[in-house]
Amino acid sequence: MLNYTIRRLILAIPTLLFISLIIFALLKLAPGNPLGDLPLTIPPEVRAKMREALGVNKPLLVQYILWLKEFFWVEPLHLFDVLFGTHFSDGMQRIISWQTRSPVFDIIAQRIPQTLWVVGLAYVVGVLIALPIGILSAYRQYSVFDQVGTFASMLGLAVPPFFSGVLVILVFSVYLGWFPAIYDTNLQVNDWHSFVEQLRQMVMPVLVLAIQTTSQISRYLRSSMLDNLSQDYVRTARAKGMTEWVVVMTHVLRNSMIPVITVIALGVPAIFGGAIVTEQIFLVNGIGQLLISAIYSNDLPMVQTLTFIFAVLIVVFNLIADLLYGVLDPRIRYD
Amino acid sequence: MLDGDDHQDGGEVLVHHEVHRGRKLVEVRGLKMYFPITAGVLRRKVGDVKAVDNLSFDIYEGETLGLVGESGCGKSTTGRAVLRLYDVTDGMVKIDGQEIAKADAGIVRKMRPTMQMVFQDPQASLNPRMTVASIIREPLDEHTKLSKKEKLDRIYELMDAVGLNRRFANRYPHEFSGGQRQRIGIARALALNPKFIVCDEPIAALDVSIQAQVVNLLEELQDRLGLTYLFISHDLSMVRHIADRVAVMYLGQMAELAPRDALYEEPLHPYTEALLSAVPDPDPATETRRERIILRGDVPSPANPPKGCNFCTRCPKVMDVCKDVEPEFRQVRPGRFVACHLYGETTR
Repeated sequence: MLNYTIRRLILAIPTLLFISLIIFALLKLAPGNPLGDLPLTIPPEVRAKMREALGVNKPLLVQYILWLKEFFWVEPLHLFDVLFGTHFSDGMQRIISWQTRSPVFDIIAQRIPQTLWVVGLAYVVGVLIALPIGILSAYRQYSVFDQVGTFASMLGLAVPPFFSGVLVILVFSVYLGWFPAIYDTNLQVNDWHSFVEQLRQMVMPVLVLAIQTTSQISRYLRSSMLDNLSQDYVRTARAKGMTEWVVVMTHVLRNSMIPVITVIALGVPAIFGGAIVTEQIFLVNGIGQLLISAIYSNDLPMVQTLTFIFAVLIVVFNLIADLLYGVLDPRIRYD
Repeated sequence: MLDGDDHQDGGEVLVHHEVHRGRKLVEVRGLKMYFPITAGVLRRKVGDVKAVDNLSFDIYEGETLGLVGESGCGKSTTGRAVLRLYDVTDGMVKIDGQEIAKADAGIVRKMRPTMQMVFQDPQASLNPRMTVASIIREPLDEHTKLSKKEKLDRIYELMDAVGLNRRFANRYPHEFSGGQRQRIGIARALALNPKFIVCDEPIAALDVSIQAQVVNLLEELQDRLGLTYLFISHDLSMVRHIADRVAVMYLGQMAELAPRDALYEEPLHPYTEALLSAVPDPDPATETRRERIILRGDVPSPANPPKGCNFCTRCPKVMDVCKDVEPEFRQVRPGRFVACHLYGETTR
C-alpha cells in the first residue's frame, strides 16, 4: 500500500502541473483588466507603472514560472518560517493579491475558519443525518418512511441553495425571527452567551447546505444497503442466530459503507471550496465568497491560487478514497 | 398432507417403521411458503408465487433425507422455510420438539444453535469483510459464554474437523478456493453443535473432485457427531450415495417420499420415474440401452399451478381425474408416500 501511495503521489505531480498550466492559460485567455476598476483620472504613465508593478507586462511563460516558484517554493518556505521562527523566506516575493496587495495565503488563512465551520459542519451534519435515513429506507424498502425519504431526497437535490437559502431566511428570520439572517464573522466566542449566538447564526446556513449532502449520501447508502441486504451472507448471519441489529449494523452496514465512504471522501474537497452561493446569501465571508469577489475584480493571482488549491485537494482526496477502499475491502489490494 | 384417514390406515405400519428409525427430529406439516406478486404504482398484491405448497414430511434423528427436484421446484425455499429463514405463510415446523414456524423471533434465535444450514454458494454466503476466524467465532459470541481462549480453541478444533489449515484462520474468504470456502461454511454451521443441518445444494458450485471430498466430509461428520441432514440437491447420483430416504418435489409439492433403495429401484410417481430415467449410467453397455422418459412442455408457473395434480400437464400417464382432483400425499406402501391418482385405490 505504501508503494502504491508513493507511486500515486509521484504520478500526481505531472497531473497537477498540467492542471496549473490549464488554469493559468484559461485565466489569461479570459477578458478583463486588473486595473479596470481604478478611476479614469489616473494618468496613463502611472497606469503603465502600476501594470509593471503587478508584473502583467512580463512574457506569459515568465509569469507562469514565477507563480510556480512562489507557490511551490516561497509559500512553503514562508510557512516553515512562521512555524519555526526562521527567516529563510525573508525578502522573497510571495503571491500577492491584486485586489488588496496583501499575500494571498494570508487572506486564505483569514477566510478558511468561517468556511470550515459552516460548510464543514454542514457536511458532517448532512452525513450523520443521511446514515440512519439510508439504513432505515433500505431496511424498510417501499415503506412509508422510505417513500417519504425518497421524495424528500429528490426535493433536497432538486431545490438549489439559492432558493432554499432565501426561503429559510424568509421563514425563520423574517416571519419567525428565530435566527439572524446575517452571519456575523466578528462574533467572538468566549462565553456561553456568545456560543449560543454562534450556534444560532450557524443553524440556517448549515441546514441549507446539509440538505444537499443528506439527500445525496442517503440515496447512495440506501442503494448500497439494498444491494447487500439481499446477499447470501446476510442469510448466513441470520442463520447463525444473530439479532437483527447485528445483522444490519455489522454485516450489512459495514459492507454497504465501502462505496459510500469513498463518495464521502470525494466530497471533502468541496468543503474547502466553500459554498459560493450559500456564503453569499448568508454573508459568510468564507472561501467561496473570496473566490467570487476575486473573479469579479480580476484578481488573477487569487483566483489562480484558490483554483489550484482545490485541484490539489481533489487529487489528494481521490487518492485517499482509493486507499480507503483498499483498507475497507479486504478483496482489494494495491500491491 | 397426511390427513386423519391415512394416519389410521397406515398408522400401524408407520409406527412399526418408526421403531427402528428412532425419534422424529424434524416434523413438517402443511408447510406453505407463498411469495406475494405485486404490481402497479401502489404495489398492490395481485397474486402469490406458491414456491412451497402444502408440504408434510418427517426427518428422523441421525438420518439423511435427500430432497430432489428440478430447478425452481422449491427445494431451497423448503430448506430455508424449515429453518425459519423465511416467515412461512402457513404450516407447522417442529424441530427437536420446538415449534418454530410461528414462534417469536426470540425463540427461533434460541433454537439456532440446534439447526444450521450449509449454503449453496460458498462465496456469497460468507461475509467478505470477515476473516475465517471471525466468521466461525460470531455464533460463539452470540450463543455461548466461552472465554476468548476457549473460543479460539473451538475455532481451531472446527477447522481441524473440516480439514482446514489452522494458519488460515486470519484470512478472508476470497483467498480460498471454492472447496475450502465450503469447508468454512461447514465449520461455521458446526460451531454450535447443531443436531440438524440443512445442506442446500452444498456441492452444486464445486467441481466433481471437490464434490466427493465435501460429501465424504459431510458423511464423516454425520457419523462422528450424529447429525441429521436435509440434503437438497439436483444431483440424483449424489443423493443416492448420501441419503437414507429421498423426497422428490415438483412445483412446490411433494411428489414422492421413500427409502432410497426402494425409490431408485422402483419409482412410483411418474415424475420420479422420468427424473430417474435422466440419470446417466457410467456403464456404456447399459447407458446406450437406457430409455429416457422425455417430459414434454415446460414446468407451469408456480404463480398459477394447474388445477388438479400439479404434474398433470406433463405426465405421460395422465388420467381424466388428474386434471380435476388434487391427489393426496399418502402412504401407499410401508414407508412410501406418493401423491398420485395411480395409487389411489391401493390404500382405500
